[in-house]
Amino acid sequence: MIRYALTRILLLALGLLVSSAIIFAALRVLPGDVAQMIAGADGTPEQIAAIRSDLGLDRSLLAQYAEWIGGLFTGDLGSSLVTGSPVADQIAQKARVTIPLGVFSLVIALAIAVPLGLLGAHRRDRPSGTALNVVTQLLAAVPVVWAGLMLVVVFAVGLDWLPAQGFPRAGWRDPGSALRALVLPALTIGVVEGALLMRFVRSATLAAAGEDFVRTAAAKGLTRNRALVRHGLPAVGLSIITVLGVQIAGIMVGAVVVEQVFTLPGIGRMLVADVGARDLTMVQSELFVLTAFVLVVGFIVDLIHHAVDPRLRERA
Amino acid sequence: MSWFHRLWRIPTGRAALVVVAVIGIVAAVSLVWTPLDPARADAYTAWAPPGWPHLLGTDGTGRDIASLLMAGARSTVVVALGASIVAIVVGVALAALGALTSRPVREAVAVAVDVLIAFPVLLIAMMIAAVWGGSLWVVIWSVGIGYGVNIARVARGELRRIGRADFVLAARASGLTGGQILTRHLLPNTAPVFIVQLSWSMAAAVLAEAGLSFLGVGAPVTLPSWGLLLSELQGYVAIHPLSVVWPGLAITLTVLALNLLGDALREATDPRLTRTRSEARS
Amino acid sequence: MTLVVRELAIEIDGSRVVDGVSFEVPSGARLGIIGESGSGKSLTALAVMGLLPHGAHATGSVTWNGREILGLPDRELAAIRGSEIGMVFQEPQTALNPIRRVGGQIAEAARIHRGVRGPEARALAERLAAAVGLPDPAGIVRRYPHQLSGGQRQRVGIAAALAAEPSLIIADEPTTALDVTVQKGILELLASIVADRGASLVFITHDLAVLAQVATHAVVLERGRVVEEGAVADLLSAPTHPVTQGLLRDSKATLWRRHD
Repeated sequence: MIRYALTRILLLALGLLVSSAIIFAALRVLPGDVAQMIAGADGTPEQIAAIRSDLGLDRSLLAQYAEWIGGLFTGDLGSSLVTGSPVADQIAQKARVTIPLGVFSLVIALAIAVPLGLLGAHRRDRPSGTALNVVTQLLAAVPVVWAGLMLVVVFAVGLDWLPAQGFPRAGWRDPGSALRALVLPALTIGVVEGALLMRFVRSATLAAAGEDFVRTAAAKGLTRNRALVRHGLPAVGLSIITVLGVQIAGIMVGAVVVEQVFTLPGIGRMLVADVGARDLTMVQSELFVLTAFVLVVGFIVDLIHHAVDPRLRERA
Repeated sequence: MSWFHRLWRIPTGRAALVVVAVIGIVAAVSLVWTPLDPARADAYTAWAPPGWPHLLGTDGTGRDIASLLMAGARSTVVVALGASIVAIVVGVALAALGALTSRPVREAVAVAVDVLIAFPVLLIAMMIAAVWGGSLWVVIWSVGIGYGVNIARVARGELRRIGRADFVLAARASGLTGGQILTRHLLPNTAPVFIVQLSWSMAAAVLAEAGLSFLGVGAPVTLPSWGLLLSELQGYVAIHPLSVVWPGLAITLTVLALNLLGDALREATDPRLTRTRSEARS
Repeated sequence: MTLVVRELAIEIDGSRVVDGVSFEVPSGARLGIIGESGSGKSLTALAVMGLLPHGAHATGSVTWNGREILGLPDRELAAIRGSEIGMVFQEPQTALNPIRRVGGQIAEAARIHRGVRGPEARALAERLAAAVGLPDPAGIVRRYPHQLSGGQRQRVGIAAALAAEPSLIIADEPTTALDVTVQKGILELLASIVADRGASLVFITHDLAVLAQVATHAVVLERGRVVEEGAVADLLSAPTHPVTQGLLRDSKATLWRRHD
């Protein structure tokens, strides 16, 4: 187990390195000059050169890359090309909105997907099961944007129960308002991702129901449902954990869109703005943080899976 | 082709195919005719409710929503086709690289694929947009690469499975080169799997276009696009809530049809589905 | 403890895969159900247990000790499964839960029907493991299925079927997926266990030579119908139906191969 963990850590480090290199390289293919953009149309060559050396853009690409990677360990990711404020601080601050949003969405997605998925499998031949299937097919086709807008129409505009946008300026020091601000956004992501997850849970449960060892358990004296619950569901749980990594990537993507719809001051919205402003130092670190997050989640899921499944644990 | 007939026999497959075809036709027709000029703004008729002559009403600048939707279908079709073509090419190329080359190259490609799979399409799109600015190409390439890597994984498995089949071994024994085996035997036999993936990647492309255009890194303001329409209407959703219904419905319907088409195609091309019936008999 | 099957018919997706099958298993009898693959043997057994796959429906009559059990609600059938009728399945690879230890799976039927738990359950599992000839019973009950060989897994399956002491055991091709060298041991085990406990046995197979070692009477199935029945000795010496004759030829060929 230890050896496996060490190998995975090594692979994780490799993945992080490769991703950072890809991100860095991709962003430097810029057909244009950042220093020039900052100096403006009437900037003199001396001004442009001064800006360039200020920002360290006149050093070799490798040196710039090394400085960035080194910064990832010390916490100094440079400063925004547009505002000059430290990148690391900005990301840390916006994370206080995005991370709770993500967790909230995940909880909602699981709360929808697991019971409905089981139900859908149980009622597969009945009209309620088919109806459930149709509903989830529909929800899985809805773009996150539209889902968010429709929720705003119903709950914010129509019923006026929840805020249509924004996050309290006091942040989490006003936990009640902060949570209220996250309800609709989390619901948006949760429902769409939950629909996708529900179909997975349903098919995993049906697969488990058809497993030979579930039949053996029923042959020993359990009812078929009990046999499925006691023997099949742990296998279903395991496969849900495996899929969770993909789900979390989906939630992150949803967060970027949803922060825009609901005007939340999170990492996603900041990323979109910085891409528009071509603020490379911000963008490169933001992209890296998000990618690293996905990779780390995948790594954790892998370890859990390995720890729980006895077939993988021992090599007897 | 027999799988087409089998697809036609599945009710959801039939319906999905019809819907997808209709959308394609609407997009094509919009090049020569729309009920009204989608770009024509008329401040006096802003925010008109559905009626005549604006069947679905107008937006904030008085443009006819129905015509905008028809024209927007063009961006949708372009993105769907473009992204899935890129995805298939990337996927097959990566898979072929993995299947036909020597061990160390194969391992390197496999590792690269596994790392790339972690990159969500949106992040790839952001990367491209940060450098080149927003455009439909951003959508096409990001979905194409993101899904291409997925398809590569699927293709790797398929090629490996079929590569062991008897007729391939026979071809190899009779002296055909790797490339010939690939084009003459491996690809035609794995085509059904690719067609299914194509349908699903088209659905993903339509969703991505909606989201990315909404965020401003997809379709530029000059092109008609459903996602762009949503972002324009977003600001006024408090006063004119129902206007966002139409573009959203268009996107959902298209994605639903493409998803169902993919599901039906999988059913129509799955050899195992005919096998389980005879397995049950013993 | 008699099982009586009358005019059993099974339909899947509208087609009849088993039609008009009837046989009797009196107390202590050893009946074989033989036929080629696809002839409906396994489905017949599953119908008796109420474990037909999704989409399959059975009609006819199945009585156990005079009580009609076909079509009973699952809860009542579950009370009979394991405690009165036990089943051993074909694929040792997939018939055991991969993430549970072997001991718990052996004792499970006893836990369900007799509430046997904890150290008592472990002792029972070890006793049964020894009874089916597994090496190092105390150690083996703590292992996982993937750590056992195919033959060992099948012995586990047999032990598990015995835990609640059923009076009828249905064995669905228990040796088909096993090595020829391992088969003999399993067959001898089954025969002796059934004899020791005075239980009845229904043995399903496609190999007449295998059948001859465990069963006294047999029914021959072809495409879901009974085409011949009688004492195994008669079927071996003077088969009347072409299917039976074909099965005899096949098993003679296998016997030849084994004696090479």
